[in-house]
Amino acid sequence: MSETREIRTDYLARVEGEGAMLVRVRGGELEEVQFKIFEPPRFFEALLRGRRFTEAPDITARICGICPIAYMASSAQAMERLCGVELTEPVRLLRRLVYCGEWIESHVLHVVMLHLPDFLGYDGAVELARDRRDLVELALRLKKTGNELMRVIGGREVHPVNFRVGGFYRAPTAAELRELVPELEWAREAARELVRIVGALEFPDYERDYVFVALRQPGEYAIERGRIASSTGLDIDVSEYERHFTETHVARSNALHSSLDGVGAYLVGPLARYALNYEELSDEAKAAAEEAGLGQVCRNPFQSIVVRAVETLYAVEEALRIIASYERPSEPAVECAPRAGTGHGCTEAPRGICWHRYALDAEGFILDAKIVPPTAQNQRSIEEDLVGVVRDRLELPDEELAHVCEQAIRNYDPCISCATHFLRFEVIRE
Amino acid sequence: MTSVGSKPKLAVWKFASCDGCQLTFLDCEDELLAMAEGMEIAYFPEATSAEVEGPYDVSLVEGSITTAHDAERIHEIREQSRLLVTIGACATSGGIQALRNVADVREWIPLVYATPGFISTLETSTPIADHVQVDLELRGCPISKSQLVETVSALLNARRPRIPTTSVCVECKARGTPCVAVAEGTPCLGPVTQSGCGAICPAYGRGCYGCFGPMESPNMAALARQWRELGVENADLVRALRTFNANAPAFRDASAELTR
Repeated sequence: MSETREIRTDYLARVEGEGAMLVRVRGGELEEVQFKIFEPPRFFEALLRGRRFTEAPDITARICGICPIAYMASSAQAMERLCGVELTEPVRLLRRLVYCGEWIESHVLHVVMLHLPDFLGYDGAVELARDRRDLVELALRLKKTGNELMRVIGGREVHPVNFRVGGFYRAPTAAELRELVPELEWAREAARELVRIVGALEFPDYERDYVFVALRQPGEYAIERGRIASSTGLDIDVSEYERHFTETHVARSNALHSSLDGVGAYLVGPLARYALNYEELSDEAKAAAEEAGLGQVCRNPFQSIVVRAVETLYAVEEALRIIASYERPSEPAVECAPRAGTGHGCTEAPRGICWHRYALDAEGFILDAKIVPPTAQNQRSIEEDLVGVVRDRLELPDEELAHVCEQAIRNYDPCISCATHFLRFEVIRE
Repeated sequence: MTSVGSKPKLAVWKFASCDGCQLTFLDCEDELLAMAEGMEIAYFPEATSAEVEGPYDVSLVEGSITTAHDAERIHEIREQSRLLVTIGACATSGGIQALRNVADVREWIPLVYATPGFISTLETSTPIADHVQVDLELRGCPISKSQLVETVSALLNARRPRIPTTSVCVECKARGTPCVAVAEGTPCLGPVTQSGCGAICPAYGRGCYGCFGPMESPNMAALARQWRELGVENADLVRALRTFNANAPAFRDASAELTR
């Protein structure tokens, strides 16, 4: 078999950012799979040096326009821990509330506008709207509910301005938040409907025994705080991350690959959170998940779309719960006095844990910064999924194989937008 | 370029950026489907796999130029575009990644941007206008939703969009927000920053941090004086000017002056 076939899709659509993928088949055997991310040439960790600790949330927000709160919350948490400051409970809940807004807008964007078109055979949401306008309108309104939380609390949807180390610049009044309740109540029904819709899709038959990694916080579905836990029994403070996880430079790519020591590839994001924190979901979210055919653990990455919809429902309900008991805090922030040392922060970005470490001098200037975004951690897992997906489907024509591979990548909602990357898809058959 | 009866073709391009400005397009939840009906979304990979060949009536360009390859690509895009609109601080001024432009010894050298050939694309992050003719610039980190909707609808109706070039102070007055600098003694970049955001920072009790970049003819000396009177060190003002629009000429020159 010396026949060589090559397929290229020069730019993978409907992901946040650009990267490259390569599948090489020789003599009918899968030889190599690569999901490449070209590391951002924006050098955030370098440009943070010499900035004040208070500037980190606004600067790191610019790593990602889709999940700025994740970066703001992780960096702020690192600084607060370093300063030895704990948020007051109402301020902590306000953080969780704005984070719920980000989960809603980001998840709905991915579920309906980026991922669902794969399942229904459309190029995108605008094309889908020609036939299913009701569905796209429902999604846009639901997404807007999340964005409204971001706007009312944070000041705007992308790169919110009202967020600082120690809390917020201004706490919203109870009346301002209560105005959001009717729309959130509508959103609860809409999210239930969304779970039903995506639960009824047909999923490629594929499962893998992932090692899941997520934050865990007793009594709540961890979002803005928690210890780092894994399905292999890991349970550590966020400051211990680097003792258990390593990043290695892979020669063929500019990206760093993360691995859990003694384990290798691991998975962060919706499937991991769902598996590790299922018990903490609300009864309603559990019921919706069950109705959509999910067990307490989901190992089919193509069903991540259902888990995202379940988490959207949870985030809407959680937002309603927080608003119902909200009393405006007397102070929007706790003052933080810097000191020399190292601080760590980790929160659950929509795509998985977003880990930060900063070293400060005594005046509060940043000496060193390290940021590990969720997609970097999932990179190995994405490649391993591609191997599994391709190996079972070598008989497919190139075009269909390309489609299922792209879909397998989109399962992760990869957020490689942190900078300019270039994504190409090619299958080489030799 | 548009034949009679056919819809204008829109393309959305990405260079070094966070995707937040093109996301703003998808965040126009109330207007998105109506806008999509008025035009053909011919190229917008973040939103659709569909791809229609150029030429395009309007190209929205996000991100700054940071690689030699991108410096080539922007010329190809310009050639295919009747109107080219930059969206956001990266495309319009070089973005936060342009902080590399003032790193090390370069801090002391006034950079000349008039000649694209002079620029080493590996060492600098530059706005689109340093490379090709730009027809309209939308400011902001991120851009404002209402300015985006105004721009798209103006271009669809073949009129000039109304984008004010006044300062954030004007928006604070319109909004009825008491001046944070005067009333609270909070350092604020509002007097030198272009409006468009809706003056949200002062409304939330903090000073403007200049994410829309310098207004037309800003009085940087007066601002520096005011900040000094509020007890701000020069180094702190320099950092305030060196964020998302560090490479915008007025902010770049003022911060260079202050470090001299």
